[in-house]
Amino acid sequence: MTLRLTALAAALLLPPLLTGSAHAADKIKVGFVSTLSGPGAGLGVDIRDGFNLAMKQLGGKLGNLPAEVIIADDQQNPDVAKQAADKFLKKDKVDFMTGIVFSNIMLAVGPTVFENKTFYISANAGPSQYAGEQCNPYFFNVAWQNDNLHEAVGKVVQDKGFKDVLIVTPNYPGGKDAVSGFKRFYKGKTEEIYTKLGQLDYAAELAQIRAAKPDALFFFLPGGMGINFVKQFVSAGLSRDTQLFAPGFSADEDVIKAVGAPMMGMFNSSHWAHDMDNAENKRFVAEFQKEYSRLPSLYASQGYDAALMMDAAVRDVKGKVEDKAALQKALEAKRFKSVRGDFKFNSNHYPVQNYYLRAIGKDAQGRVTNKTMGTIFTNHADAYVSQCKMK
Amino acid sequence: MAFYQAASWQKPALITFGIALLAMPAVLTSFDQAFYIGFATRVLIFALAASSLNLVLGFGGMVSLGHAAFLGAGAYAAAICQQAGINEALIAFPAAMAAAGLLALLVGAISLRTRGVYFIMITLAFAQMAYYLFVSARAWGGDDGLPLNGRMQFAGIPMSDDQTLYFVAFSAFTAAMLLFGRLADARFGRTLQAIRENETRMAALGYPVFRYRLLAFVLGGAFAGLAGALLANLTGLASPNLLQWTQSGTLLVMVIIGGVGYLYGGVVGAVVLLLLEESLVGVTEHWHIILGLLLLAIVLFAPKGVAALFRKRHG
Amino acid sequence: MTQLILEQALNGLQFGLMLFLLAAGLTLVFGIMDCINLAHGSLYMVGAYFVAAAAQAADSFWIGLGAGVAGAAVLGLLLELSLFRQLYQRDHLSQVLATFALILIANEAVRMIWGPAPLMLNPPEALSGPVELPLFGDTFFYPAYRLVIIAFGLGVGGLLYLLVARSRVGMWVRAGAANREMTEALGINVRALFTAVFVFGAALCALAGGLLGPLLAVQVGMGESILILAFVVIIIGGIGSIRGALVGALIVGTVDTLGRALLPTLLRAALPADAASTLGPALASILIYLLMAAILFFKPQGLFPARA
Repeated sequence: MTLRLTALAAALLLPPLLTGSAHAADKIKVGFVSTLSGPGAGLGVDIRDGFNLAMKQLGGKLGNLPAEVIIADDQQNPDVAKQAADKFLKKDKVDFMTGIVFSNIMLAVGPTVFENKTFYISANAGPSQYAGEQCNPYFFNVAWQNDNLHEAVGKVVQDKGFKDVLIVTPNYPGGKDAVSGFKRFYKGKTEEIYTKLGQLDYAAELAQIRAAKPDALFFFLPGGMGINFVKQFVSAGLSRDTQLFAPGFSADEDVIKAVGAPMMGMFNSSHWAHDMDNAENKRFVAEFQKEYSRLPSLYASQGYDAALMMDAAVRDVKGKVEDKAALQKALEAKRFKSVRGDFKFNSNHYPVQNYYLRAIGKDAQGRVTNKTMGTIFTNHADAYVSQCKMK
Repeated sequence: MAFYQAASWQKPALITFGIALLAMPAVLTSFDQAFYIGFATRVLIFALAASSLNLVLGFGGMVSLGHAAFLGAGAYAAAICQQAGINEALIAFPAAMAAAGLLALLVGAISLRTRGVYFIMITLAFAQMAYYLFVSARAWGGDDGLPLNGRMQFAGIPMSDDQTLYFVAFSAFTAAMLLFGRLADARFGRTLQAIRENETRMAALGYPVFRYRLLAFVLGGAFAGLAGALLANLTGLASPNLLQWTQSGTLLVMVIIGGVGYLYGGVVGAVVLLLLEESLVGVTEHWHIILGLLLLAIVLFAPKGVAALFRKRHG
Repeated sequence: MTQLILEQALNGLQFGLMLFLLAAGLTLVFGIMDCINLAHGSLYMVGAYFVAAAAQAADSFWIGLGAGVAGAAVLGLLLELSLFRQLYQRDHLSQVLATFALILIANEAVRMIWGPAPLMLNPPEALSGPVELPLFGDTFFYPAYRLVIIAFGLGVGGLLYLLVARSRVGMWVRAGAANREMTEALGINVRALFTAVFVFGAALCALAGGLLGPLLAVQVGMGESILILAFVVIIIGGIGSIRGALVGALIVGTVDTLGRALLPTLLRAALPADAASTLGPALASILIYLLMAAILFFKPQGLFPARA
C-alpha cells in the first residue's frame, strides 16, 4: 500500500522537476505564443512560418547568438495564452516574446510580460490601449495599430463617394477598433452588425444585409470567419448589388486560397503587398514560396519582420540583452530593412508608415491574387499616440 | 452503507502531507523552480473547486454539470470588487462566496425539482445562461473577460508575491477541507448521505429532503466561488472561459477519477489530473491522447476512482 | 420584410433539420441503452473529416459524402463493439468520464492526422450560387446549397421517422426505449439492436457533419458546441422519443435563428443602438436555454416522454 502510494507520487511529481532547464546567457530565447488551432489558426501559422523563414535565413541565430524559439498554441483562449506566457517568462526565462494574433489575448497576456520586464514584439495584435494611455516601454508593434488598415479603407470608401455602408465585425476589441477606425475617415451613413468571434454560419446576418440594401459593405472578419463570410455572401447572390471592402486581414492569401475567383473585384488596404518592389521583399516572397509552396500573406510578412527586428537589436547591443535600457534604444532605432520598405517607430512604439490600396484580380500567371493600386496614406501614424506618456 | 470514515493511517498521513505543502515553496525556490509555486497554487485552487463539487456530487448525490458557473461567478465577483475599489481579499473573497452561493441558491431551487439526467441537463442549461450573460456584459469586458489590475491584498499584505498567494490558497483549502470533513461526520452530512442512498425512505421519515439538498448545493457553490476568486487572483483575469461547460466537465472528471464520495476524492482528482497534464505536456504535443487513454483505463479498471485504490470502502 | 422573415425561417428550418440528424442518434442511444454519450459530437466531427478527406481524394463532394458516411458507420461499429458495450451496464458518471475521454482522444487524433488548421470543404460547383424563386411578384434569392441541405434533411428525417414509427425494427426500438427488460423477455436480440442503433446514429452524425462542412469549417472542436445543442433538443423533446427529437430540433433551430436575426432589430426599436447590438446576440444565445429550463419546469420529462 505505502509502496504503491510512494511510487505513484514519485511518478507524478518527478517529470516536471526534471524537465526544467537553466538559463544560458550565451543564447537568445524567444517565446512564441500564437493561435495555431481553431478558426484563427491560419493567421498564427502564417506568422510562425514567416518568423521561422527569417530564422532559417539568419542561420538559427539572433544577433550572432544561437537562438531557441519555443512555440505554444493559445487555442484562441486568453487563459491558455496566459498560462503559456507564464511558463515562458518564469520557467524558460525568455528574452523576447511574440506571436499573439488577437488583441483580446494580447491584453490578457500583456501585464505579466511587462511586469517581467520582457520585450514583446507584436507581429500582429495592435490594441488601441497599448498605443495610448497604457503604452509600455516593453511593448513594440512591428505591424500596425488595429485602427490603421480600417482608417485606410474608410478613406477609400469616402473618396469613392459611397453613402450608405454596412459594417460587419466580431464583437471583440479588434472589431470595435475596426469600426472606430473606419468611421474616423468615412463620414456617411453606417449600420453595424456585430457577430460572435469565431462564428462561421452567417445566414442570419446575410438576410439582414439583404434587407438593409447598403451600397457598400465593409467587413472585418479575420481567418476562417472571413473565408466563410465571403463564400456565403457570394452564394446568397449579394455580390451583384453590393461592393465589398475589407482591411487586408480579410482579403489576403489565406482567404483568397480558400475562396478563389468569387473574391475578384474586392478592394482592401494593407501596409504591405507581395508585389511590392524592393529587394528585401522580392527575396522574402521568393523564398517563402520555395519553402511553403504558397504566397505569403501580410501576417507572414509581419512574423518575418519581427524576427529581423529582434536580430538587429541583439546585434546592436552586442548580445547584452540584460541591459534593458540599451535594448529598448536598439529596438526603437529600428536598424533592420523591412519587407514593406522604410518605416519608423513613433513615441508609442507603433509604426509610422504608408498604407496602400489593393484590388483582387488575376495576375500575369492567371492566379487570383492582390495587386497594389496606389497609396492611401503616406507616413500615417495612429490616433492614440498623443495619449501615450512613455516612461 | 458507504459513509465516509477516517482510516487509522489517515491522520498522520494528512499531517505529513500538510507539512510537505507548507515547505513546498521554500523547497521549489531553493531548486530554482519558483515557476512551480504558481502551478502548485493552481492545483490547490482546483482541489478546492473539485472538493466543493464533491460535496454536491459525492455526498449529496446530485450530478451537476454546471459547477463552473459558480467558479466563474466567484472570479467575476472578485474582479468586480476590485473594479469598485475594494482591494482587500478579506472582504472580496466572502463577497465572491456570497455571490456564488446566491447564484447556487437560485439555480438549485429550480433544478432540484428534477431528477437524474434531467438534473444534469438543467444545471448545464443554467451554466450556459450564465456563460452567455457574462459574454454579453460589456461593462465586465464581454468576451475578453475582466482583467484584475494586479493581485489583491490579504489583510493588508499584497499577494503579488507568488508565495503569499500560495499560502492564502493553502489556508483557504485547508479551512474548507476541515469544514467538509466535519460536515461529513456531522448530522447534516450523515443525513445528506442517507438521502443519497435512499431518498424515499428519508422523505418518509420526515426529513426535509429538498432543503438538505439545497443547502449542500449552495455550500458547494459558495466554495466554488471562493476557488474562483483565488483563481482570478492567480491568473489576473476573470474570463467567461471559466464558465464554459467543458470546465464543468473537467471538474466532474476530477471528482470521478479521484473517487466520488471520498472526502479527499476531489483533491486526489485535481492533483492527478493537473500533474498528468503538466508532465505530459513536456513529453508530447499530443498529450491529450495519453490523458484520454488513461481516463478510459480508469473507467474500465478503477471504476471507484483513484482514492479507492488506496483503501476499501467502508460499509 | 416578408423576404427577410421567409429567408430566416428557411435558415431556421435548415439548422433544425441538421440538429435533428444529430439528435436522432443521441436520443435513441440515450433512451434505449440509458447511456450518456458525450462523444456523440466527436462522431459528428470525425464524420465531417472523413467526408472532407474523401471529397478531396475523389475530387467530388457526393462521392466524399457517401464514403465519409460509410467510414463513420464502420468507426461506430468498432466503438460499439469495443467500448460502448461495456458502458451500458455502468452508471451515468462512468459513462460521462469514458465519453469525455473519447472527446479528448478524438480531438487529438484528428489534430495529429489532419493538422490543427480547419479543412475547407467546398459545395459542388453547380450549387455554389443562389436560386431565384418568384415571391409575390418579387424575386427571392436563396443559396442553392442550403436548399439541398433542407431537401436532404426532410428526406432522411422523413425516412427515419417512418422507419422508427412504422416498421417492425422501429417497433423493437421503441419497445426497447420504453421497457428494455420486457423487450428482451419477448425474445428480441437486444444486443444486436443496440449495435445497429449505435452504428446508424454514427452514420447520421457523419451525414450532418458532411452536409454542414461547406457552410461551417471542418475543424477540431466543432463537435462540442453542437453537442450541447443536440442535448438541449433531446431534453426538450423527451429522451428516447424520435418525434420529440424532431419537434425539439425544429423548435431549437427556429428559435435560435430567428432570435439571432430578429432580436437585435426588435431591441433597436426599444433601446439605444449600442446596447441593442450587444444585448441582442447574448439574449439570442440564452433563448434556447431559457426555453429548455421553462419546458423542464412545466414538463420535467420533456414534451414527448418515451416512458409514458
